[in-house]
Amino acid sequence: MTASAHPSLDARPESLLAPRTVLTGALLAVLALLPLYAMLSGNSFALTLFTRVLILAIGAVSLNLIMGYGGMVSFGHAAYLGIGGYAVGILAKEGVGSGLVQWPVAIAVSALYALVVGALSLRTRGVYFIMITLAFAQMIYYVAIGLDRYGGDDGLTIYRRSQFGGVIDLNNKTLFYYLCFALLLASIYLVARIVNSRFGLVIQGARSNDRRMRAIGFPTFRYKLVCFVIAGALCGLAGALLANQTNFISPALMHWTRSGDLIVMAVLGGLGSLFGPLIGAVAFLLLEEGLSRVTEYPDLILGPILLLVAIYVHGGIDGLLAGRRNG
Amino acid sequence: MAETLLQIEGLTKRFGGVVPADAISLDIAPGEVHAIIGPNGAGKTTLIGLLSGELAPQQGRIRFDGEDITRLPVYRRSQLGLARSFQITSLFRGFTALDNVALAVQAHRGHSFRFWRDARGEDELRKPALAALTRVGLAERAGMRIERLSHGELRQLEIAMALSAQPRLLLLDEPMAGLGPEESAQMVLMLRQLKGSTTILLIEHDMEAVFALADRLTVLVYGRIIASGDPETIRADAGVRQAYLGEKDGAGQGGRHG
Repeated sequence: MTASAHPSLDARPESLLAPRTVLTGALLAVLALLPLYAMLSGNSFALTLFTRVLILAIGAVSLNLIMGYGGMVSFGHAAYLGIGGYAVGILAKEGVGSGLVQWPVAIAVSALYALVVGALSLRTRGVYFIMITLAFAQMIYYVAIGLDRYGGDDGLTIYRRSQFGGVIDLNNKTLFYYLCFALLLASIYLVARIVNSRFGLVIQGARSNDRRMRAIGFPTFRYKLVCFVIAGALCGLAGALLANQTNFISPALMHWTRSGDLIVMAVLGGLGSLFGPLIGAVAFLLLEEGLSRVTEYPDLILGPILLLVAIYVHGGIDGLLAGRRNG
Repeated sequence: MAETLLQIEGLTKRFGGVVPADAISLDIAPGEVHAIIGPNGAGKTTLIGLLSGELAPQQGRIRFDGEDITRLPVYRRSQLGLARSFQITSLFRGFTALDNVALAVQAHRGHSFRFWRDARGEDELRKPALAALTRVGLAERAGMRIERLSHGELRQLEIAMALSAQPRLLLLDEPMAGLGPEESAQMVLMLRQLKGSTTILLIEHDMEAVFALADRLTVLVYGRIIASGDPETIRADAGVRQAYLGEKDGAGQGGRHG
């Protein structure tokens, strides 16, 4: 049962015609063609919505790396979205508009924050780990509120998107969408390489049985810490993208409910599955969007749906596609 | 190599008023199979914990090949060549048998900060892993996820993992636990093949297995060593008969006592 929640560990390759492969392929095709649809139908909202889906999917991919493969349930992952976003916003306000500076700074600061949080939280386990990651995220949240120069509670408008020397114009919505799409695919590929590498096997081994890993000679702490930092850096990039998309940052970006949303996306799509986070992000954000049109209380319907998935479908939607059910 | 591979000096561990290890001193020579026996609560598992590094002693010293390892963390001891198997099968679920052993091999092939190459395609890891599986008779199960293995096979896999690191000292914590008579006999046969090439510290309840394998025995009662010597001496020791072997007769042949 535990194992079936992590279908990717199965050594056997799947048939190309398996429903899971076909549907994942179809989803990627739809995402690839979406700007075309938006152009032909004049529905620019769809493009905006899906750009957001792709960006948050990168965040969920990052969370899946530590949570799905590493068993580290971070309940403060939105902090990285905030740090990445604020890095872009603050630099923009201070006159540093180049994305070649902003983005690496967003990634580096997120990685550094992950290093500090990880170094402390990874010494604990289970619910304590969750609480420490949450506590740090809340701290960053209140730090952002205290940043009067950068809008405090009200947030900060970003007047110019990150500049890439005129080569890439992020104001072009279609281009920006494809950039996000490319970065998402790259991050999924990165995770695919990592989890099957020596490093990735150590991480998965530590999730499965940390005590045994130490007994066979692995200092698991440092591997988990590095994994935590990689995930933080990746989510920091998502934060930089998000700030560019909305042209606005505020502490709300890293409210704890945002961290919860990311967990829901990762779980809904399927923990420990490569495309699960993307599937989860699409499903979650479309459900949220759709439900908010028909009812004032979308959570009232969203909640039970998530509950059913959690109870009945181990491995999330991706696990369902792969034909795995709980029990 | 030193005259003694493992040297334990006055090792003491207290949990409140309970003293599961009370000034234990013991030498283990290279190549010997040394069994530790004793009734329930004698402190056998505590001793394994102290030796593997999961527990820290209040007093005493442990030297491994002349080096003081008393304060070393678990993974460092493993890297020095001190491998252990677990009483309760402790493996990596979701992985295949080969994956499990390959991970144990990987632990002794330098650091694992390698992020790109597919580790399941590395001969450097897979070949020794398969060799260890073959050694315990599990080669045919290599590609199978461990959830599908029988209890006996999992016990063999435990040994394969410990062996794959080519340890200088193997700590076996009740390798026969939960095995049927036939599987036990197989395990004894397998461990016998290791004799001479690997130094083994064996903790076991199955007396038949112990006397079949051990060169020397140490009897532990309430955290103290009450006797130590070759199998004949121990068999003849009156104190031992009273404290342990006699009790075992009442409990039934080869009985498993938690």
